[in-house]
Amino acid sequence: MPKEFEFEKSIIELEARIKELQVISESGKVDLSREIQAITDKVEALKVEVYGSLEPWQIAQVARHINRPSTLDLIKIMCGDEFVELHGDRLFGDDSAIVSGLGRIGSHKVMIIGHQKGHDTEENIYRNFGMPHPEGYRKALRMMRTAERFGLPIIIFIDTPGAFPGIGAEERGQSDAIARNLAEMSDIGVPILCFVTGEGGSGGALAIGIGDRVFMFEFSVYSVISAEGCAAILWNDAAKAKEAANALKLRATNLLEAGIIDGILPEPLGGSHRNHQRAAEEIVKQIEAHLPILKKMSREELIENRYKKFRSMGKFSCEEELEHA
Amino acid sequence: MGWFDKLTRPRRDVPSDLWKKCTRCGEVLLIKDLAKNLYLCSKCDQHLRMPLWDRIALLSDDNSFVEVNREIRSVDPLEFVDSKSYVERLKESIAKTDVNEAVTTGRAAIEGLPYMLGVMNFEFMGGSMGSVVGEKLTRILEIGADEKLPVIIVSASGGARMQEGIYSLMQMGKTSAAIKRLNRAAVPYISIMTDPTTGGVSASFASLGDVNIAEPGALIGFAGPRVIEQTIRQKLPEGFQRAEFLLEHGMIDCVVHRRVLKSTLARILRYLTA
Repeated sequence: MPKEFEFEKSIIELEARIKELQVISESGKVDLSREIQAITDKVEALKVEVYGSLEPWQIAQVARHINRPSTLDLIKIMCGDEFVELHGDRLFGDDSAIVSGLGRIGSHKVMIIGHQKGHDTEENIYRNFGMPHPEGYRKALRMMRTAERFGLPIIIFIDTPGAFPGIGAEERGQSDAIARNLAEMSDIGVPILCFVTGEGGSGGALAIGIGDRVFMFEFSVYSVISAEGCAAILWNDAAKAKEAANALKLRATNLLEAGIIDGILPEPLGGSHRNHQRAAEEIVKQIEAHLPILKKMSREELIENRYKKFRSMGKFSCEEELEHA
Repeated sequence: MGWFDKLTRPRRDVPSDLWKKCTRCGEVLLIKDLAKNLYLCSKCDQHLRMPLWDRIALLSDDNSFVEVNREIRSVDPLEFVDSKSYVERLKESIAKTDVNEAVTTGRAAIEGLPYMLGVMNFEFMGGSMGSVVGEKLTRILEIGADEKLPVIIVSASGGARMQEGIYSLMQMGKTSAAIKRLNRAAVPYISIMTDPTTGGVSASFASLGDVNIAEPGALIGFAGPRVIEQTIRQKLPEGFQRAEFLLEHGMIDCVVHRRVLKSTLARILRYLTA
């Protein structure tokens, strides 16, 4: 996975140039502050230009940037050392592709659950690139039931290419684990807030995605299949991912329009991978805005509203065909 | 090829809609014989895919099936075009199958017991689940909960319908939540997985039966075998993701032969209802 993209190459080059000039300037021989300022302005303008007009396929790449804030990055910023990680599904093992535990965000004690990717190859192998096995989903469900028992709201971070397609995953019931979560999450009597922070990859994302409120970051994606996967099946050519990304309408703005999500969290200029702190602040803002409202609702109200929310999703027509009229 | 092959193979001028090859042993079977034999191979007993109306006839008492929500039809919310437009694909599927969508739902009775039935049709865009499949199934699940009628869903699907993007993904959540409501109402739901049941269908309502039944030899799994082979770069073992494999791994309650499927369902329903 590249650390830089073709479309932001000129930005990165200019940023490198600024650093060089700063070194020279700091050595005290010449004053280059005007030059540095000029290039800095140029970089900012370029960022506005580039990041203001990203294509769906480019956004799909930003969404999986290796430096994007992961669940544990966000937890560290929001909860610091107060966070207690809890492990294991009590049935088979502990899946490192999903992390969970108790934390305090602002004034709220919460259960936090999220997919976990790595920031380098070694870490990504350990985290299975954020692709859970059934035990990951079962761990998540166990945590949700624990949270419900103790009246803790649930905060979920979604960032996965998808549930892992492998022999062990099938043997241990990947389908069962995902399906079970979908059904059970509709029956959890505490507030659930979901944030798609990077990749919302299909059933593997939705399996922890049945929330009272669902938000997406500006440069995240959420889709029934990856652009590459869709291109391979429908175009018979994985290289047509760009076309597939356009067709799938997987951007946050598309999902907001479709009524699938409740809001979009703005990202700092140049994307969240350049500023984890800002990403965390945006999340806290939404938690502070929505949790007080949801906390006032009864268990029955929460479950009923969540059912209605997902019940209403879908587009179809109900008219008799003309020949039968 | 020997001379005897030429004799036993169908003549070239016999149209292919009159015969079918067994997917396991390769035996050539006349469709009219197959239909009489529940689409079982007369040589090796392989359970071939059963057409929609034969399946409905198999699982309901004579003249008991009354279709509901037939008028619900797909629209094209994403204006999706790949090598063909979604609208065109829908038109072709409707013309080919003579039904409006990949699931047909209705009221039926089995050995006199009234219940709600949903049957997926693999011939219709690979039985893929879009908004209509999700909506029609949710509606029979809700009727089931309201009227205390058991629900049986026969799955045959490659998964979610890509052409409806995120809407199709959300049908997984919608149908699963409707099953949870049925569970709370203590109304039985039996899932029957036929060949194939994979992807988003397998990872939602098809796996959530109070009783999960599979037909012998059916391919059932979350990821398709090709995707798994590409991911792990390994050949998959014989029998992987087949009904018997799922039984062995505790994911289904039983593998039931088509000849006794109806009587088995009736027996289970009598145990689970008052």
